Amino acid sequence: MTTSASIGVVAPQRARFDTPLAMKSGGVLPAYDLVYETYGTLNSDASNAVLVCHALSGSHHVAGVYADDPKSVGWWDNLVGPGKPLDTNKFFVIGINNLGGCYGSSGPKSINPATNKPWGADFPFVTVEDWVDSHARLADRLGIRQFAAVLGGSLGGMQALDWTLRYADRVRHGMIIAAAPKLSAENIAFNEVARQAILTDPEFHGGNYYEHGVVPVSGLRLARMLGHITYLSDDAMAEKFGRRLRHGEHKFHFGVDFEIESYLHYQGDKFAGFFDANTYLLTTKALDYFDPAYDYDGNLQEAFGRAKAKFFITSFTTDWRFPPARSRELLFALMHNGRDVAYSELECAAGHDSFLLDDTHYHAALRAYFSNIEV
Amino acid sequence: MVNLTQDSRFDFDIITRWITPGERVLDLGCGDGDLLAHLIAERGVKGYGIERDVERVVACIQAGINVLQIDLEQGLAGFEDAQFDHVIMSLSLQAVHNTDGILTEMLRVGREAVVSFPNFGYWRHRVSIAEGHMPVSDILPYEWYNTPNVRFFTMADFELLCQKRGISILQRVAFDEDREITTDPNNYASVAIYRLGR
Repeated sequence: MTTSASIGVVAPQRARFDTPLAMKSGGVLPAYDLVYETYGTLNSDASNAVLVCHALSGSHHVAGVYADDPKSVGWWDNLVGPGKPLDTNKFFVIGINNLGGCYGSSGPKSINPATNKPWGADFPFVTVEDWVDSHARLADRLGIRQFAAVLGGSLGGMQALDWTLRYADRVRHGMIIAAAPKLSAENIAFNEVARQAILTDPEFHGGNYYEHGVVPVSGLRLARMLGHITYLSDDAMAEKFGRRLRHGEHKFHFGVDFEIESYLHYQGDKFAGFFDANTYLLTTKALDYFDPAYDYDGNLQEAFGRAKAKFFITSFTTDWRFPPARSRELLFALMHNGRDVAYSELECAAGHDSFLLDDTHYHAALRAYFSNIEV
Repeated sequence: MVNLTQDSRFDFDIITRWITPGERVLDLGCGDGDLLAHLIAERGVKGYGIERDVERVVACIQAGINVLQIDLEQGLAGFEDAQFDHVIMSLSLQAVHNTDGILTEMLRVGREAVVSFPNFGYWRHRVSIAEGHMPVSDILPYEWYNTPNVRFFTMADFELLCQKRGISILQRVAFDEDREITTDPNNYASVAIYRLGR
């Protein structure tokens, strides 16, 4: 039996970049900061680095805890640590907060040097490709020419995919979990409703709410509530909440009656208390725009012709946001190009959120795959 | 599906003989990936396996095999025509409901197909039935109430299906344990292996 433990106390680091970053949208970031964390030790030939890409609301804080806050456990702590499937005794693991984020990397909350005010609505549109370009610059600075693996779930998986296509020589294994090659119309529709909730909030002030000392709380809260519905499955909701009543009887009011309402309110309030509305807007647009086949007349097979990595792909049967059929699109396009690929389609009740959990088979598959990666 | 330990997988040797070096191979119901590992070692094939059992999928990943967790009852939707030189189904055909459909799919996706299956016409099984019981043997270790096998057919039945569907039998080898049977295999062979084409 393998023993595993938490990586323990960790601290974020900050890297400053003064070379302008030309964004896909046409915008330019003249200079920017990336906040990141690392776990484990980079080996002498820098061949054991693994990049973990975060999803919509994630951050660079992948594993461990901060010294001043024992509750601040990293969002993928169950995966990353000594003896864990992504074993920090073997690998040097990096988490990076994406540009446009609100956890320390340059984003709409940061000061725009041109105006000495927060960027707000003027922060350039960011794309998955921009994030990956910025990751590559941090890798350069850390002396990592090629990653042993780049992995991520959901939007993080899209970044891992982009890495394998546009930096094909710089990644040996692409690990894409609970993701899709691009969003469906339905996915975009959900994102647009979430954005409209924020954009129409009177406290939004065209994205410059910082100057007014307010936050579009109600819009952000609605966006998160909607998001949470799509992260769970019908089964998971039925099991967790069913039709259970908060007060044991129907109250005939618009306050909380059902437990599911209470849950969504709680999640919405919590999120609106710390997440930045502009980051939410930019990140959902980055999701919508991502389409590796866009420059290939929609032909995914052709788009994947550039890939050189080996792939690990996983989907979850109850994920209706990015259902298994979307992962199979990836799979077949990769096989068309003769790529090595391992694909698991796991029965896990938790819907899209399954990728964050430690389901036995899921973690066994990850552990097995990581154990075969040579460093 | 049937019980053959790895060192008695004489069907591996036959299948290996039919595969030329560097071929693209798809193994349906690939289990722990033993056959693919064998073909990679012996023939340097580019191989993928399909398996629905998650424990076996993990075993394949551990062995470094390209495994795809897909339920074969869904057919091979998504695979391209003639994507593989050989599509193999080793000792699993009797565990699939949609026998007819999967054979058609194998010969769509593969230039040729290789199937092996337990022959229910084997004389010992006939004796068992004559004595009033469903056969239980080394190769069919399950009781009727717990068997994963869902289709019970003889070599003669299988060949009739091939004839009906216009499938050419390119080669056939039959065994009783590890002994090759050439005379009346439908009666004397417990396992049959076929190489099929269009």
